[in-house]
Amino acid sequence: MNYNDLRHFADSYGLAAMVLLYFCLCAWAFRPGSRRSNQDAAHLIFAEDGEPATHDRKNDHG
Amino acid sequence: MTGLTMKAGIWLILAILAMLASALAVDSGFAVHMVIVALAALLAMMGTLRSADWGGIARGILRMPDEGHYDDDPVRWGVIATVFWGMAGFLAGLFIALQLAFPALNLGLEYTSFGRLRPLHTSAVIFAFGGNALIATSFYVVQRTCRARLAFPGLARFVFWGYQLFIVLAATGYLLGITEAREYAEPEWYVDLWLTIVWVAYLAVFVGTIVKRSEPHIYVANWFYLSFILTIAMLHIVNNLSMPVSLLGSKSYSAFAGVQDALTQWWYGHNAVGFFLTAGFLAMMYYFVPKQAERPIYSYRLSIIHFWSLIFLYIWAGPHHLHYTALPDWAQTLGMVFSVMLWMPSWGGMINGLMTLNGAWDKVRTDPIIRMMVMALAFYGMSTFEGPMLSIKSVNSLSHYTDWTIGHVHSGALGWNGMITFAAIYYLTPRLWNRNRLYSLRMVNWHFWLATIGIVFYASSMWVSGIMQGLMWREYGADGYLVYAFSDTVRAMFPMYVLRAFGGLLYLAGAVCMVINVWRTILGHLREEAPMSDAAFDPAKDRPITQKPAAVPAE
Repeated sequence: MNYNDLRHFADSYGLAAMVLLYFCLCAWAFRPGSRRSNQDAAHLIFAEDGEPATHDRKNDHG
Repeated sequence: MTGLTMKAGIWLILAILAMLASALAVDSGFAVHMVIVALAALLAMMGTLRSADWGGIARGILRMPDEGHYDDDPVRWGVIATVFWGMAGFLAGLFIALQLAFPALNLGLEYTSFGRLRPLHTSAVIFAFGGNALIATSFYVVQRTCRARLAFPGLARFVFWGYQLFIVLAATGYLLGITEAREYAEPEWYVDLWLTIVWVAYLAVFVGTIVKRSEPHIYVANWFYLSFILTIAMLHIVNNLSMPVSLLGSKSYSAFAGVQDALTQWWYGHNAVGFFLTAGFLAMMYYFVPKQAERPIYSYRLSIIHFWSLIFLYIWAGPHHLHYTALPDWAQTLGMVFSVMLWMPSWGGMINGLMTLNGAWDKVRTDPIIRMMVMALAFYGMSTFEGPMLSIKSVNSLSHYTDWTIGHVHSGALGWNGMITFAAIYYLTPRLWNRNRLYSLRMVNWHFWLATIGIVFYASSMWVSGIMQGLMWREYGADGYLVYAFSDTVRAMFPMYVLRAFGGLLYLAGAVCMVINVWRTILGHLREEAPMSDAAFDPAKDRPITQKPAAVPAE
């Protein structure tokens, strides 16, 4: 293997497939209903402090 | 009982094999290393026998780990090892900075020459200080966020001690002149193989803990830790593909040649920055900043995009280390373009961390640990802006091979990696040793200011020295000759070298404050000191008004 293999990868659909995969993974964070689950995930680290997972709508950035 | 005998026996056999290898070694460096390996194996045998649960064995009942508590022993050792190796690495850094200003400090010995101490410094700070911090915090964070005890406790202990052996072998190897001469991957083939074994065990412990989690969601910090562990495994193996000259000697040759070898090296080198010094430390940021601020991360959605963008972009940025070399132009341009694109996710992550303090900005004034975290994020933002700028070819033609690069690396390493690690250590120490608080918060404040001013001295002197050096190198006279000899630039840089060493001294002084603070916190001491901040109160004014003020006539 040498760097020309990288070049051929980029020339082919390999690059397009990677870009598509990247956009799909980013879009996943915006799927319907993600706001609620993201917020639960963000509060997960405070569960051990006995704090209920509060849902502060005002400061909700997803 | 047979299990214990087997384990102790295996360590003993390893020790004997290492002594044999030492006796038959083809070079003295390999012989010394095999003696170290034999000693390590004997220590491991002693540890196995002494820590055995003899009572349990006699009764035929083995003590089972208490699943109701987190397994924090390796984390405690990791915190101590981080502080210890940090001091070693900072001290080595200060010493080689002084060597550059005052060459007499090379002492005329091969073992203390700059060429051997420089990899000792870089590996001590990156792999020993940073690596121990990453292993310790990852073991701490993965247990808390999964709400599960560490998987494979024996293996976790092997990871910690095996990693220390790797550090000792690497460090002694540099002093003895054993090196592959690959930047940030200097250890020779047998040390690389050992690290591979340790790293696979690390992966097993980490993934095993995630698999047995009680929390359905895997918190984003664990994504960053996992990507760090997996990518470092891949980078380490590919970059160190080599053929040893002798199985009983320390010398090996790379599987790649020429510019292919250079690209492999910098694909490794830059991704070591990307996944060791960035992804791993971002994992710390995504756990410790929200915990210390007592607020959830500003945007969990942004953290996911931050993650995937770093993963997809970082891996292509390596060729920017090889601008204007034999590497084809398209590869150089590719490296530059991806480096510039990296600016966006990096700043997204910085904003995510800083905005976590939204609504709690007063903590920057009252909590020196938060202050360290904010400074770490500010330096993360600064160095991830400077990096893409330096990767642009026309800027790079001035900056490459000059001290500007050194300044850039240190604003990232001292500012981002150092500060976020110090903050994590200050967060962890009282919790791990069950203390009410740190020995002294005011000493954290001292550490903060010493480190910050130290970095300012370091980075600004290296900017001046690097740009001056680059401009002097490219200065042509009217008849086409270079105006300055290399030695002219060295002479001109002397004041900047002294200032840089002064900055390093301040940074080291800050770390000394940390050593004292952590040490006394572990001992359980509490320093009598005024609190960092309090609401204003003046006893002289705390009384009723006795005299009615004279009536003011209405206008």
